[in-house]
Amino acid sequence: MLEVKNISKKFDNFNIKNISFSVNKGDYFIILGVSGAGKSLILEMIAGLMESDSGEIILNNKDITNEKIQKRKVGLVFQDYAVFPHLTVKENILYPLKNRGLEKKEIQNKISQLADEMSISHLLDRKPTTLSGGELQRVALSRTLALNPECLLLDEPLSSLDIQLKNDLRGLLRKINKKGQTIIHVTHDYEEAIFLSNKVAVINNGKIVQTGTPEQVFKNPKTKFVANFSGIKNFFKADIHIVENDNIKKAVINDKVTVNLFTEANYGTGFVIIKNKNIIISNSKPNISAMNNYKGVIVDVLPAKFGVEIIVDIGILISVLISADTLKKYDFFEDKTVWVSFKASSVKFLHG
Amino acid sequence: MKKIEPVNLIFAVLGGLVLLFIVGPLFSMLIASSPNEIFETTKDTEVQNSIWLTLFTSMGATIVFSIFAIPLSYLLARKNFYLKRLIIGIIDIPVVIPHSAAGIAILGFISRDSVIGKTASCFGLNLIGHPIGISLAMAFVSIPFLLNAARDGFSSVPVRLEKAALNLGASPIRVFLTISLPLAWRNIISGLIMMFARGMSEFGAVIIVAYHPMITPVLIYERFGAFGLKYARPVSIIFIAVCLIFFILLRLLSKNRKDA
Repeated sequence: MLEVKNISKKFDNFNIKNISFSVNKGDYFIILGVSGAGKSLILEMIAGLMESDSGEIILNNKDITNEKIQKRKVGLVFQDYAVFPHLTVKENILYPLKNRGLEKKEIQNKISQLADEMSISHLLDRKPTTLSGGELQRVALSRTLALNPECLLLDEPLSSLDIQLKNDLRGLLRKINKKGQTIIHVTHDYEEAIFLSNKVAVINNGKIVQTGTPEQVFKNPKTKFVANFSGIKNFFKADIHIVENDNIKKAVINDKVTVNLFTEANYGTGFVIIKNKNIIISNSKPNISAMNNYKGVIVDVLPAKFGVEIIVDIGILISVLISADTLKKYDFFEDKTVWVSFKASSVKFLHG
Repeated sequence: MKKIEPVNLIFAVLGGLVLLFIVGPLFSMLIASSPNEIFETTKDTEVQNSIWLTLFTSMGATIVFSIFAIPLSYLLARKNFYLKRLIIGIIDIPVVIPHSAAGIAILGFISRDSVIGKTASCFGLNLIGHPIGISLAMAFVSIPFLLNAARDGFSSVPVRLEKAALNLGASPIRVFLTISLPLAWRNIISGLIMMFARGMSEFGAVIIVAYHPMITPVLIYERFGAFGLKYARPVSIIFIAVCLIFFILLRLLSKNRKDA
């Protein structure tokens, strides 16, 4: 659907180097990288706001590398929203519809439909200067979706929102994607990548260093940068179960392992994340207050940048990070039976 | 009671003297003429005609030249091109040269020997001594105000908004008309009023291009030369009042510029 082939661009102090990736129809593709890695520049080149020095951009088998911005059929939602301040919310959404030769009734229907989907029907007559960040984000999204873009480009769409709004918008983005909208989303937040994407590209210093599914990228980092940048290996799809009269919830991973955790979610599917530095490994069942204790077998011992990574099979493969001294002292080795423990409060749940 | 800093006091006194320098002559002129004299002068058809002519020629110059000046301001604000700095310098020339010299330049430009003069003659027009000639002289000295204000206005429009509009499928001309122009509008309005007001008050360039028909600044000069201060004063007061109306309008319109 969208192919980016060897895109390069030189700046005074920074270069985009041979960026290549392909996105299929319906994909949720996340470009993950720290600030200044060149993520937003890639989006701007796809949208045509910036020219590349070399390389090609192919959309639906058509070379759009030198196509005019207004004819590319890719919709970009800017990080700062870029909602037109002199137009009302309705006029903003109307903007891309005006050139499409639609009938008045069709236009009205489209506006109502988008406003309903984005829950902004009550804001249609307001000026953007009176809206909050979350509302502006929804207006910007509605406006871009009104374009019916072949590919929706999102530049750090969740970065300036508070946690509640972030969760709401995450759900909304998933909904849009599930309807078949192809999305390319750039972010510095690996949680967004885990939660939203079906394909991730990690970018560092203007270069893509790894591409794959979130599992492939985070569980098998090919470079130290990816390993350090993601910092997590223990993330699992899980179902939350209601536990009456208890503020501790239970998440079941792969129908095999039950994890105790704190979350406001009562039921449903989501992702469980446990940082490997928060897990304790011991030779016998520890007598500690942690609510999550599992017996397992060590399947791998790997050197890490800071210490040693131990992979333990407790029904699921779980990564534990310890120091080299600890490894020596407690004599952990492959096939040894051990216990792993972690507190309910160190488990993070992202609702699906 | 809070103690006033001596330096602030000195600055306030110095500033007060400047304000007095501006207000004093105007006020003394106002009190030197009786209300009756002013009232009688307002009924003078020569005065009325000159004020209408001044308003009409300056307004015409502003409207016609804005069609050319606004797109140029946009280019200067948005594009980088060869000799851009030179063009910005050229725009400010009318502000720094003596206006009588500007009048001489315009006179040569529109005289019957020039291409423009000859072309106008084909249509039976002699631009010298004609309202069109007056408008051209006014425009020459006042257009920098519009160009610079509009350029500032376009510069203050975030480029991202224009890019967003292009991304939403709008053509560059639609982006200009629906995004850039409305968002720069307050600055452009300020520039238009400033150009209009500056054109109305022009004397040096206009008197060389057209002594007749008389615009009000020329009429004031003529009354002063022929009849003295007493007869020039009421016309001046009336004309200053007209100018002040536009000055106040300008201030009101540009007051909330930052909110735009």
